[in-house]
Amino acid sequence: MAEQLFWKEIEVDMEIPPLSKIATTRTLVEWAGASGDFNPVHYDMPFAEASGLDGPIVQGALKRQWLVQFITGWMGDEGTLKKFSCKYRALDYPRNMKTMTEPEDGETWLCKGKVKKKYESDGESLVECAVWVENGKGEVTTEGKAIVALP
Amino acid sequence: MLPEEIKSLVGQVFSTSIFEVEKESIRRFADAVGDMNPLYRDAEYAGKSRYGSIIAPPGFISSVWFWESPSEKGTEAPGTESPGLFGLIDALARAGYRSTLDSGIDYEFFQPVRAGDTIKSTSVIKDIKERKSEDGNMVFLVTDTTYTNQNGDKVATTRWMTIHR
Repeated sequence: MAEQLFWKEIEVDMEIPPLSKIATTRTLVEWAGASGDFNPVHYDMPFAEASGLDGPIVQGALKRQWLVQFITGWMGDEGTLKKFSCKYRALDYPRNMKTMTEPEDGETWLCKGKVKKKYESDGESLVECAVWVENGKGEVTTEGKAIVALP
Repeated sequence: MLPEEIKSLVGQVFSTSIFEVEKESIRRFADAVGDMNPLYRDAEYAGKSRYGSIIAPPGFISSVWFWESPSEKGTEAPGTESPGLFGLIDALARAGYRSTLDSGIDYEFFQPVRAGDTIKSTSVIKDIKERKSEDGNMVFLVTDTTYTNQNGDKVATTRWMTIHR
């Protein structure tokens, strides 16, 4: 597993190493099943079109969970995620599948983040980070904030 | 205009669920995300961690919300005390709001969620606002949920924002 991060190493404006992700139509169905959110807008083309979309869209909650993976992977096993919030700013469309397991070429997203604040409160050593998801054009489609406690 | 059956839900508990957190459902959730953290899938590794057992990723619990038991899936008449999530979505559809878009979520985490836990969620409608415009009307819904485990400990709270058109 990743090396442990320590509070004393943290500096404001420090960048969190980016995490790249892709989402395919298959990922969307997998996420629907795992999360229990069966909104047809994520897998039913006519339904998505009737909702004014170009096709099924990536679940906001999946992008949220990418950011949670990004921040919890960075903080390490001894870190604790205390608060997390995010807003979905723009729509993302998944890649199609080329074979059962292989995605078509297409969009790759990057989870990015930066330390905004380093402070202590109630005996905990805390770090506040801005986190966001960028699409291939560098547009932010999800943005949020995370507060982690570090050893 | 939003019908009274929806407006009257503000401040009400409208959905509850009880969910057993299984090791396999944690792994499937982490697989769907592509999160290979061994705390979520490797019993030996997780056993030696400070948690002492497999935990669920933060964020896993908000999914509990969708897993209302069938008796709660809107089978009660609208406007009764607890229509459930699906009852509310049906009521919004009757009012002309057929599509739901997730717009964001705030979490506060208090305790880890472990494989084997039984999590209870209680959701309250915090706010419902209808906005009329030439592009079509929208409803902004804010839902607050509290999650507790089998020991009665609060594990997390969420505030969920959705837009209905």
